[in-house]
Amino acid sequence: MEPIINMALLTMLAVVTVAIIGQRSLFGVVILASIYSFLIASVLVVLDAVDVAMTEASVGAGISTVLLLAALHLVKTIEVLPTQPRLPPLLVSALAGVTVIWGTLVLPPFGTADAPIHRHVVPRYIERSIEETNVPNLVSSILADYRGYDTLGETTVIFTAGIGVLLLLRGTRRRGHNDRAD
Amino acid sequence: MDFFRTVADHYNYVITIFVMVAGLYIVTSRGNLIKKLVGLAIFQTSVYLLYIEPGKILGGTAPILHPDFTVYSNPLPHVLILTAIVVGVATLALGLALVVRINEAFGSIEEEEIIEKDRAP
Repeated sequence: MEPIINMALLTMLAVVTVAIIGQRSLFGVVILASIYSFLIASVLVVLDAVDVAMTEASVGAGISTVLLLAALHLVKTIEVLPTQPRLPPLLVSALAGVTVIWGTLVLPPFGTADAPIHRHVVPRYIERSIEETNVPNLVSSILADYRGYDTLGETTVIFTAGIGVLLLLRGTRRRGHNDRAD
Repeated sequence: MDFFRTVADHYNYVITIFVMVAGLYIVTSRGNLIKKLVGLAIFQTSVYLLYIEPGKILGGTAPILHPDFTVYSNPLPHVLILTAIVVGVATLALGLALVVRINEAFGSIEEEEIIEKDRAP
């Protein structure tokens, strides 16, 4: 049952992606991107990644959509089709896609329990997490304890991006005030 | 029958790569900066799937320890992707701020019009 639900959701994902490519109204693109994020969250629930699904539903479908709509408030909302030929990007994308799909053919089949990914450090996390961190949710114990430095790096990235956004948009507001004063 | 077996085993990866390539196509073929950013976001989410799909064990459960269960899906990719999602929204915010500034300076978010105005003396 699990693989069938997963396949159905992934097929819907591909359809939404094609719709995004064809959609020229940017509002349409943003709403389709939001639907896409919710579909990704559903796929993640089927794949047992419940923490990631919650984050994707709130951050991907929520905050990203709000940010995109806020930006659309300030710019034109109809896409102009480019005059350049669209064949080269299509060819490059198709070639890249075929190459990577060829690469994935040697990966272990979907859902097998004895794949190499499940034999490295993860058995140790599953066995010792309660004893070492007293947290039953393995994602929490790995995120905050075993791999705490990752989150430190993530915080640095968000801090830098936040400063960047503030610096870029602070100028906008000041110039707006000057225009009104003139 | 063997062929169908292979297709079923790797269907996830094929769709994931299709979505990834679609993101790449949007970024390279469209001149609208907002659409480019949406394409970049699609590319990013396909990478989330590419990481999390191999961690799934059929018949397993979410990695929250409980005496009733013994088989758990791999929690390590989940942790890495949690970090990636938050970094993704940070880069999207920065990109949108740049788009708003570009729109203010050039009065357009279409790549071709911006290049034209930039070249004009």
